[in-house]
Amino acid sequence: MKPVFMTYTKKDLINLAVCMFLSVLIIPTFIKTEYWYTSILIPWLCLALATIGQQIVMGYTGQLALGAAGFMAAGAFAMFNLILRVPDLGFVGSLIVSGLIAAAFGILFGLPSLKVRGIYLMVATLASQFFIIWMIDKFGWFKNYDSSGIITAQDIVILGKPFTTPLAMYFVCLAVTTVLTLLAMNMARGSTGRNWMAVRDMDIAAESMGVSLLRTKVQAFAISAFYCGVAGALFAFCYLKSLEPVAFDIKLSFKILFMCILGGLGTINGAFIGAAFILLFPVLLNAIGNNVFHGAIDATIISSIEQVIFGGLMIIFMIYEPLGMAKLWENLKQIIKSKLSSSNIRSLKSVKEKN
Amino acid sequence: MAYERKFKIGKPILEVNNISLSFGGVKAITDTSFNVLEHEVRAIIGPNGAGKSSMLNCINGIYKPQKGTVSFRGQVIPNITPNIMAQMGLSRTFQNLALFKRMSVLDNILVGRKLHTKTNFLEVALQLPKVKKEEKLNRDRSEEIISFLEIEDIKDTPVGKLPYGLQKKVELGRALATDSTIILLDEPMAGMNVEEKRDMCRFILKVNDELGTTMVLIEHDMGVVMDISDRVVVLDYGKVIGDGTPDEVRSNQKVIDAYLGVEH
Repeated sequence: MKPVFMTYTKKDLINLAVCMFLSVLIIPTFIKTEYWYTSILIPWLCLALATIGQQIVMGYTGQLALGAAGFMAAGAFAMFNLILRVPDLGFVGSLIVSGLIAAAFGILFGLPSLKVRGIYLMVATLASQFFIIWMIDKFGWFKNYDSSGIITAQDIVILGKPFTTPLAMYFVCLAVTTVLTLLAMNMARGSTGRNWMAVRDMDIAAESMGVSLLRTKVQAFAISAFYCGVAGALFAFCYLKSLEPVAFDIKLSFKILFMCILGGLGTINGAFIGAAFILLFPVLLNAIGNNVFHGAIDATIISSIEQVIFGGLMIIFMIYEPLGMAKLWENLKQIIKSKLSSSNIRSLKSVKEKN
Repeated sequence: MAYERKFKIGKPILEVNNISLSFGGVKAITDTSFNVLEHEVRAIIGPNGAGKSSMLNCINGIYKPQKGTVSFRGQVIPNITPNIMAQMGLSRTFQNLALFKRMSVLDNILVGRKLHTKTNFLEVALQLPKVKKEEKLNRDRSEEIISFLEIEDIKDTPVGKLPYGLQKKVELGRALATDSTIILLDEPMAGMNVEEKRDMCRFILKVNDELGTTMVLIEHDMGVVMDISDRVVVLDYGKVIGDGTPDEVRSNQKVIDAYLGVEH
């Protein structure tokens, strides 16, 4: 039989259908509290999107980069200025253009990757983090000469309809994230992703096969920054509802890096798992603190414990499972599958014995 | 030999002219020249440290020789890079295996199809019909190579998990996938057992015979070299000490001295 290439296998379509069913129907019907949308689901989607960006450059192309939050800031402030100064673009148009502006920064700050690698590249990419934030702070134009330091984000209006309730904003984030995730999956599984991974695994061999290192690395940085830019715009407009450079500091970059590593380098679904874990874990710890210990533990101690556990997990994952939680999830599925099939065999045997 | 070759050995396709390469004070190659004829199997042999791999790296553009030129089809190529050579139709394998370890066998071979992939990332992201068509063509060709090399049962395994002999096969497959006119093989049979070596020889000769691909190989096993190559060039201390058919080389006194040692 001749193997037929299909972009999506049946399993993928089922997975997609399940995800869509859960996120479009089940979540809105069963979750009514605003807290879940404004504090968990919306930031989860935004940060997962930024983590996909980080995955492209770090997980797939193997370039250690640490400036995701800088590109997010570029996207967010580009969005603010586009809606303010070019209202004709509309929300979706502005979102795409702000992604492109972030991508331009991505190209600029991705250029060092041609000369330096590893930890040195990480230091070089830190420049994007600090330069972009500095630029926004330094030139008042970017903040429309607002003196307060925190600007309120404009309301989201798509085709004349306002999207201001938490549920509506959740749907905006969900739509953008879904589309961009599918595009990322197509790239990762297609020839583009193969070039990225070839550069990651053995650059000299990739070059000997005709893969241009310059083009592939710069392309990965640009696409990564595009994803971060769009994520930053959504993060500011749907989650923070305000714009301030401080929100996109180095801590956020590290958070995205952790999400990328814990989720599993070189996986798209790992971005969602990693983002969910890092967002939900503090919530869980707080809940334990309040309900089990009835507030006997100070909140600052809880947040310190959180840092300790994250750090510990990073080390454990780096040593024992560099492919992260996405790999653990795969293993779990494998175990369940083999358990199921072996129990089937056992039941068949018992039927035979009875006969 | 009694049989008729489908692709007759033709004019020089690759010429190495007066190449000198040194690393600091260490001279790896000194003023070396030889040529490779179209459709032939050309072997480069020599004792350890003779500069064989450095020679391939100069041809392929990984090393930049201080002096000398490489010409392809009669034209001198300025500023050689691996990428330019790949585009001109020259592919290679590496001595210490340079596979994409975390990718499957099929994906490794598909990377070899890079130069036959014309669609850009945006088209790939949107999965336009022409992307699907191209991907199907590339996959079909890769599957052909996989069945030619008899590695169908491992095609979805990450190459990092495969034993050495199979990895060497995958690397040959990746070079074949480029459909290049010349393939440089850096010790394709190192560390293989007799059976694996025989298989490898069969693949190399079959590709040369059926597709007319010019093969340049470095090999230590003299039996293999004398059997499969049309012409042999012998390097010692970065210099050519013998060049000709296996029989000529075998009877060359300098070559015998280099291999067996000589009393001073």
